[in-house]
Amino acid sequence: MELRQLVSRIARQVGALLFGLLLFLIFVAVQGRNPLAVLSDLAFGAFGNSFSWQNTLVRTAPLLLTALCTIVPAQAGIVIIGNEGALLMGGLGAVLGSMAFGFLPPAAGIPVILIAGSLLGAIWISLSGILRQARGVDPTISSLLLHYVGLAIFLFLVEGPLRDPATLNKPSSWSIPEALRIGRLGSSDVHVGLVLGLIACLGMWVLLKYSAWGFGVRIAGGNPRTAAMMGLPRNSPVIAVCAIGGACAGLAGAVEVSAIHYNANASLASGYGFSGILVAFAARQNPLAAIPVSLLLGGLHAAGGILQRRHGLSDASINVLQGLMFLAILMADGWGASTRRTAKG
Amino acid sequence: MQRSVSRFQAVVAGGLAAFLLSCSGGSKAPAESASKDLMVGFIYVGPKDDYGYNQAHAEGAAAVKTMPGVKVVEEEKVPETVEVQKSMEGMITQDGAKLIFPTSFGYFDPHVLEVAKKYPDVIFLHAGGLWTEGKHPKNVGSYFGYIDEGQYLNGVIAGYTTKTKKLGFIAAKPIPQVLRNVNAFTLGARSVNPNIVVTVVFTGDWSMPVAEANAANSLIDQGADVLTMHVDSPKVVVQTAEKRGVYVAGYHADQSALAPKGYLTGAEWNWPEVYKRFVESVKGGKSPGNFIRGGMKDGFVKMSPFGPAVSADAKTKFEAVKAEMMAGNFVIFKGPLKDNKGKEVIAAGTSLVQTDPVLEGMDYLVTGVVGSTGSK
Repeated sequence: MELRQLVSRIARQVGALLFGLLLFLIFVAVQGRNPLAVLSDLAFGAFGNSFSWQNTLVRTAPLLLTALCTIVPAQAGIVIIGNEGALLMGGLGAVLGSMAFGFLPPAAGIPVILIAGSLLGAIWISLSGILRQARGVDPTISSLLLHYVGLAIFLFLVEGPLRDPATLNKPSSWSIPEALRIGRLGSSDVHVGLVLGLIACLGMWVLLKYSAWGFGVRIAGGNPRTAAMMGLPRNSPVIAVCAIGGACAGLAGAVEVSAIHYNANASLASGYGFSGILVAFAARQNPLAAIPVSLLLGGLHAAGGILQRRHGLSDASINVLQGLMFLAILMADGWGASTRRTAKG
Repeated sequence: MQRSVSRFQAVVAGGLAAFLLSCSGGSKAPAESASKDLMVGFIYVGPKDDYGYNQAHAEGAAAVKTMPGVKVVEEEKVPETVEVQKSMEGMITQDGAKLIFPTSFGYFDPHVLEVAKKYPDVIFLHAGGLWTEGKHPKNVGSYFGYIDEGQYLNGVIAGYTTKTKKLGFIAAKPIPQVLRNVNAFTLGARSVNPNIVVTVVFTGDWSMPVAEANAANSLIDQGADVLTMHVDSPKVVVQTAEKRGVYVAGYHADQSALAPKGYLTGAEWNWPEVYKRFVESVKGGKSPGNFIRGGMKDGFVKMSPFGPAVSADAKTKFEAVKAEMMAGNFVIFKGPLKDNKGKEVIAAGTSLVQTDPVLEGMDYLVTGVVGSTGSK
């Protein structure tokens, strides 16, 4: 029975993805391109060789962490969409951490920088949790609005008081000292952020699934009245999941700054936070499913370039494919869920 | 537990199967067969048809495309993150590009510098970067144009056209490149009438269509009757000016199609000519250089054709100034010059020619500008 359920679920998801892909190929055929050539370049650009894989994986790394910013609070029934704000705060935290503790040796300095970024991200999303518990403010709206506040604070600081005066036409903060930057994995271009993202997804899955705390969170999210009757705390799980989610997105920002940009500037606001929301919903708020979904999204974006270069398709076309595929996954899953529910009566 | 495992496996299987199935037919070698042709890559930070910064570069790419023995690949809307590094590497490893134009300013440090170190036999020509001898890789070149000359000429035309003596400037960020344009426009306008004031609004970022429209409307409400701008896409400002019945001087590319009545002239990049020159020299096996700058006389910048509202007097003065620029005798920034807080920024008797590095660090607004750089 379980096996049959599993097989049918796999079939449904594969079918959904292929259906989304098929719609896209019809779309490119209508645009006068050869759909088979597009398909083969799409596969090649995402997973075709070692360069394609690295291209995909560097794009996957930040998505794993920003997705958790929505996934973890969702366990307590809280919908957070201000991931980008927490990511920017994380970048800011990394710079502040390196300015305060830049003298440390790498073994201590790198963790300090990453923790500083996570901490600011945690504080940022906690604000939404606190506002909800204390004042009844909807956390979806407050986290979105806090993103704009965060962006303003971030730009003010990195282009103002924290600006390295040597950066003229691209105002940026002081750089992270070379010794304290995050390294790459072996001879590849993939940085340690990918490993951190994988550990975070696995760790969150275990924590939420198997710990008593995770159980309490899910009860608090599913039925606050039951939670109160069971004597579980009301406020702390909500604020904790917000803080953990924010810490993950903050870590993503800190990693981007210390592995890619080396300083903080406006380029950090490039939308990884918003893509993380998409990953979270497509993964149905499951930290483990966030891994393949991030990989799929990273692969699509890696392949987007080759579609532009070889087929003259616009940048928007890869977004069309992404939209079709994710919509198909959600529809297939929703359809499965509704049939299950009716079966249970 | 069982529930989430199955979901996880389902999505893995789905994601990979779709791709791996089709992989079998994929992975064909890059365009090695056409190795005789020079493959040139262009990367833009925004859309190719933005009526602005990116379109100006894409027009350059289109001109290169017409050259014999040259192939062009392009990518638009590439963010200034690791993504642009991968776009450049993709062009090199997948398409065999030997010359790359990463056209956004923010691509330079660290992205272009990182990738250039890895591919020493590929030439990277970057728009706007400050290439430094001994510090930056030899296979990187930076080029830019003195488009403030165009903004000075915009100012001359605006100065003749304005009735309210109030002009508006919508700008992205108070950085040296932008301040230089605001100041040149103001000096051009005040060379016609020293009572003219220019109000500048900084929107904070390169592409903020809503803020740009708001700024344009509020400047017009305050009496400004000629607008100009330095943002990535002037489209919104030009359209707003036309709708409100005021005049506008363009920037980056020709926007006259968006404002047939109110478009006066515009400061445009002349990338088609410049890029053909660069590509020609690379094809001939010569480096175009590491630090390349040029103005009106070098063909790096040009002016849009006059719109219907430009008076004969304005045209005469414009042509006279332009002739001096073409001859190389015109100096925009010369003393005595004060900033808008009354402090002398260029002493009497000092002339800063366009190539003077002091101008690359401009951090003030000249007398006649209403606005603040935000510092101090």
